[in-house]
Amino acid sequence: MRLTTLAALGLAAAALGPAADPPSAAPAPHKRTEERLEVPPPPFTEGLFPCTTCHEGMPVNRTRRVLKDMHDDIVLKHDEEHRWCLDCHDATNRDRLHLASGAPVSFEESYLLCGQCHGEKLRDWRAGVHGRRTGSWNGPKRYLLCAHCHNPHQPRFRALAPKPAPLPPSRAAR
Amino acid sequence: MTTPEKPKVSRRLFAASGASAAAWVLTACGPRRLHEVPRDRLRVAIREMERKYSQQAGKEVKVSDAGALPGVEFAYALDISRCIGCRRCVYACVEENNQSRNPQLHWIKVLSMEKEKGVDFSHADPYYHPATVPEEGHFYVPVACQQCKNPPCTKVCPTGATWTEPDGIVVIDYDWCIGCRYCMAACPYGARHFNWAEPVLPADAVNTDTHYLGNRPRPKGVVEKCTFCIQRTRAGKYPACVDVCPAGARKFGNLLDKDSEIRYIIEHKRVLVLKEELNTVPRFFYFYAT
Amino acid sequence: MQTILLFSRFTRGSAKLILRGPRSYWVWLAFLAFLIVSGLFAYTAQVQTGLALSAMRDQVSWGFYIGNFTFLVGVAAAAVILVIPAYVYDWKPIREIVIYGELLAISAIVMCLLFVLVDIGRPDRFWHLIPPFGYLNFPQSILAWDVLVLNLYFVINFVVATHILYRAFHGRKYAKRLVVPLVLLSIPMAVGIHTVTAFLYNGLAARPYWNSSILAPQFLASAFCSGPAILLVVLQLLRRFTRFEIQDQAIWKIAELMAYAMFLNLFLHGAEAFKEFYSDTEHLLYTKYWYTGLGDHRTLVPYAWSAVALNVVAFALFIVPAARRHWLTLNIGCLATYAGVYIEKGMGLIIPGLTPDTLGEIYEYYPTLTELRVAAGIFALGFLIFTLMLKVAVPISLGEFMRRESQQELLDPVTQRG
Repeated sequence: MRLTTLAALGLAAAALGPAADPPSAAPAPHKRTEERLEVPPPPFTEGLFPCTTCHEGMPVNRTRRVLKDMHDDIVLKHDEEHRWCLDCHDATNRDRLHLASGAPVSFEESYLLCGQCHGEKLRDWRAGVHGRRTGSWNGPKRYLLCAHCHNPHQPRFRALAPKPAPLPPSRAAR
Repeated sequence: MTTPEKPKVSRRLFAASGASAAAWVLTACGPRRLHEVPRDRLRVAIREMERKYSQQAGKEVKVSDAGALPGVEFAYALDISRCIGCRRCVYACVEENNQSRNPQLHWIKVLSMEKEKGVDFSHADPYYHPATVPEEGHFYVPVACQQCKNPPCTKVCPTGATWTEPDGIVVIDYDWCIGCRYCMAACPYGARHFNWAEPVLPADAVNTDTHYLGNRPRPKGVVEKCTFCIQRTRAGKYPACVDVCPAGARKFGNLLDKDSEIRYIIEHKRVLVLKEELNTVPRFFYFYAT
Repeated sequence: MQTILLFSRFTRGSAKLILRGPRSYWVWLAFLAFLIVSGLFAYTAQVQTGLALSAMRDQVSWGFYIGNFTFLVGVAAAAVILVIPAYVYDWKPIREIVIYGELLAISAIVMCLLFVLVDIGRPDRFWHLIPPFGYLNFPQSILAWDVLVLNLYFVINFVVATHILYRAFHGRKYAKRLVVPLVLLSIPMAVGIHTVTAFLYNGLAARPYWNSSILAPQFLASAFCSGPAILLVVLQLLRRFTRFEIQDQAIWKIAELMAYAMFLNLFLHGAEAFKEFYSDTEHLLYTKYWYTGLGDHRTLVPYAWSAVALNVVAFALFIVPAARRHWLTLNIGCLATYAGVYIEKGMGLIIPGLTPDTLGEIYEYYPTLTELRVAAGIFALGFLIFTLMLKVAVPISLGEFMRRESQQELLDPVTQRG
């Protein structure tokens, strides 16, 4: 597999810069056994990231509840009976996600998080078979993150308006 | 190049000399299928094409003569379980490949099929137009040239104007095709299309990156078809339909490369080819990723 | 040198024959000329605009032109039905009319080639088929085979007919050493052109309606009906308007042979229909489109049943000896045969073969005015050629018009007034 490594993800690096890993009691960061894949920046909603801008210093409320003051536009349709915000978003480092193990994961590697349940998809995605992939068939390829196509809160692929149907054959010359 | 007249004159001069040189070469050696002309004569013919198309489009049109890459056999795979029938590929193909806008000519036809009936052409509908896709109870099968390993179309051509390239792409010499349409009768996939009238391609819509066996502008009265975007794929790029597919249902690569997506699909997924019983051995696979 | 001189006399003599005739002759020629000119105009427009002026589209990419082509290959092949008894069994009554079968074959082949020419998108590139400048994909392409056999068949018939007339013109018998081998060769060739034409369609696995091994036998059977049907009418006309004599016996014999051929034709159609309807596979669609229509798409259904009815009527009339011996029923039978086979082998073969198309789409094809006019023009041209050849051949083979240096004027064709 020709996977190109990414030296520095400019945007991500800038975003992550101030919030360095807290080497505290939190579980060890996810160990990368593979090279990181080249992906475009995650599709953040305008003005929301970094999350720490607001969440910094805010007390953590781990109670499952309906959000009213903020993020009320988010409708969770992703195994919502068993899941809630902090199952994926990290409560201690707001600019990160975390795996089931508690290991933090950056948004750029969110596929690791998705892959915990959708292992087969992750495997296909790594092989370039699941999801859209652009670039060069015999050279560097560009992957998209899961979240580029699937809204993590409502992952069902969104319906699209189809392009016009072809014209049926007509006996008239044009 | 400062006055507007000067380049025109020199271009005309160049054109005239180019044309006469081409005419000389053609009469001296007799016209031949592009398939069999020697390299240097092909170059002359291609320069002549570039001149003609540039003049028509009012901008510089490049015609590539890139040959097949060694050790490469192209193949395509389309994930039926992912395709949502949005037809983005159809129009990306039209734009990339300089297809006629009027009469409308599409190399890709997306068929809507009923899940209850499975892959069944007699119930396929290419004219579906709901507000949004995918529709409940339907799945979609886009069909274009299947680039068969045992192509019935090239076999029947009386003038040898269509053939398989070493990298597996079935191509047509638009300058040699006589338009008898025997290949269209022979193709089991409706992949070949005829220019029933002079194709209309607005100058501003012309894709200037062309290949002489692919998307260069076509004349009236000849047959054309998908070439796996030969102008792109021989330059390492993905076909336009692969790039544009929002569902990521379209996969492309080198069949001879063990690590290619195509090989992964063939080795790991449920794969089918259309009309397998006809022994056309397509290089276009359909698969179910889930 | 001598030969050239003799041949130029033959040519001049022929021209003289062509240029003289009664009013009805000129009216007929004018009628044909009108159709030809109309066809030419239609074809010019088609060349300028493109085949978009036809009703053919990607879904149904062959139509009326190719249907006519197929039918006429059958007519051309049918000359053999006369040649076989005449030369192989040395049956005199038919032998004297063989020449007309050959002339018919020549005209039919010319029409065939023209129908292919008007069907192709780039007639200006026709020479791409002709080596050494072009490239003929032989033996891969069956169309290449067809080009070869049709042209060869044309040449054989042309040489034989011209030779016989040329010799007759000079008052000599034809050279057996030339004619007999060529005629014998033309027998397998006649079967060959029609078989190859059938294989043209037969070999396409993409089109289940054609991909049936019964196709070639069926082609031959129907050809042996339609070709003689035209000849029988022509022979009766000749007998009526010229001094040309033909025994009733010969006509009846041909009619009898046609009855057998028609039986075979109907039988093969029935066999094919049984297989399709009883096995009821996905391939039934095409046969259904022809005989019953698919949903609202029923354009061809009346034609299908007209063809069946006409063929059955023709068979009944030819198989009953009393009916084929009565001139009225005989001619009704001939017309029914001609019409029946024309429908069944023209649109009945080509259009259902392509409908629904390979991806299941149904586009109801029927020809446009342009196609009808072009086709009428080609038929008119074919009939013109046939008429002119008859005009030359009849007096010469009757011995009425021969080269006699001095008395030529005395021989001013009596035939024309008959």
